[in-house]
Amino acid sequence: MGWLDVFRSNEKKGSARMAKERLQVVVAHRRTGRGDQPAYFPQLQQDLLAVLRKYVEVGEDAVQMEIEREGDLEVLELNITLPEAKH
Amino acid sequence: MAKIIVVTSGKGGVGKTTTSASFAAGLAMRGHKTVVIDFDVGLRNLDLIMGCERRVVFDFVNVINGEANLKQALIRDKRIDNLSILAASQTRDKDALSEEGVERTLNKLSEEFDYIVCDSPAGIEKGALMAMYFADEALVVTNPEVSSVRDSDRVLGMLSSKTKRSIEGREPVKEHLVVTRYAPNRVGKGEMLSLDDIGDILAIPLLGVVPESETVLNASNSGMPVVLENNADAGGAYMDMVARFLGEDRPLRFTQAKKGFFDRLMGR
Repeated sequence: MGWLDVFRSNEKKGSARMAKERLQVVVAHRRTGRGDQPAYFPQLQQDLLAVLRKYVEVGEDAVQMEIEREGDLEVLELNITLPEAKH
Repeated sequence: MAKIIVVTSGKGGVGKTTTSASFAAGLAMRGHKTVVIDFDVGLRNLDLIMGCERRVVFDFVNVINGEANLKQALIRDKRIDNLSILAASQTRDKDALSEEGVERTLNKLSEEFDYIVCDSPAGIEKGALMAMYFADEALVVTNPEVSSVRDSDRVLGMLSSKTKRSIEGREPVKEHLVVTRYAPNRVGKGEMLSLDDIGDILAIPLLGVVPESETVLNASNSGMPVVLENNADAGGAYMDMVARFLGEDRPLRFTQAKKGFFDRLMGR
């Protein structure tokens, strides 16, 4: 493999991964056994938790998420419980 | 009582008709009395893929309208015992498929056949809805490509909300994923969605994988279901799929990239 191929193969690796990531965002209804929670939900929850933990110590259940549907509109409801502040 | 199987996808050109023809032929080759119906009114093609286009006298709409009976409209396959075809109408309008008419026809076919395979038109309009409405099971044909996967997801939504089973609150339509035009080499290079990727997104069990293959075009050129070329890759994949559908355990084939000369040389 030439040194230029390093870049090329990285680019290629990206395209299937990008396809999957983009699909996970658009394929946001219908999930077996999980009501109508979008496919990306668990991952988003973990990511939010990770960001939060950079700043505060929180438990696994600190991030609560819900999707509300009103007609064509989807609202993501996010509840983050912070630990009681230590004075 | 026959089992009704819809072959559907949402997106056009992914291999619904090829799959319908080969799946139905495969079931018949395994000894089950099978009929395959073209639901694509106005754009019939199943007859061409099955190689019986010159034998179509009466079609599905004629039967629904009472202009012909099933005996007159059913075309028996000349190569495969137990296999019959009901062609779609070429000229009539899409509304020709009434719910009562389709139900009546399926009930009648159900007396004679073990399996009824419904080849759905593309899209999510009336024709596609009618093809899936009475289904017991569904083959969701998907290409490893973004638009096809998204459309399959839409269709899965319809299967779980718009079919007779879902409306009557009975056991849901059993869904099977069929991936076609799969190119393991490109998957290996990260250029194509893998089976796992598609499985993660659609979350339904995989029934079979048909590799991208020259034999598919060759078969349709000559009007022969590709499953008849049992030794070739695509034909073998369809035969495996039928066996799995019938409850047999068959490992997946044609899903690994062929190793190149250098890969082998370097022991990769």
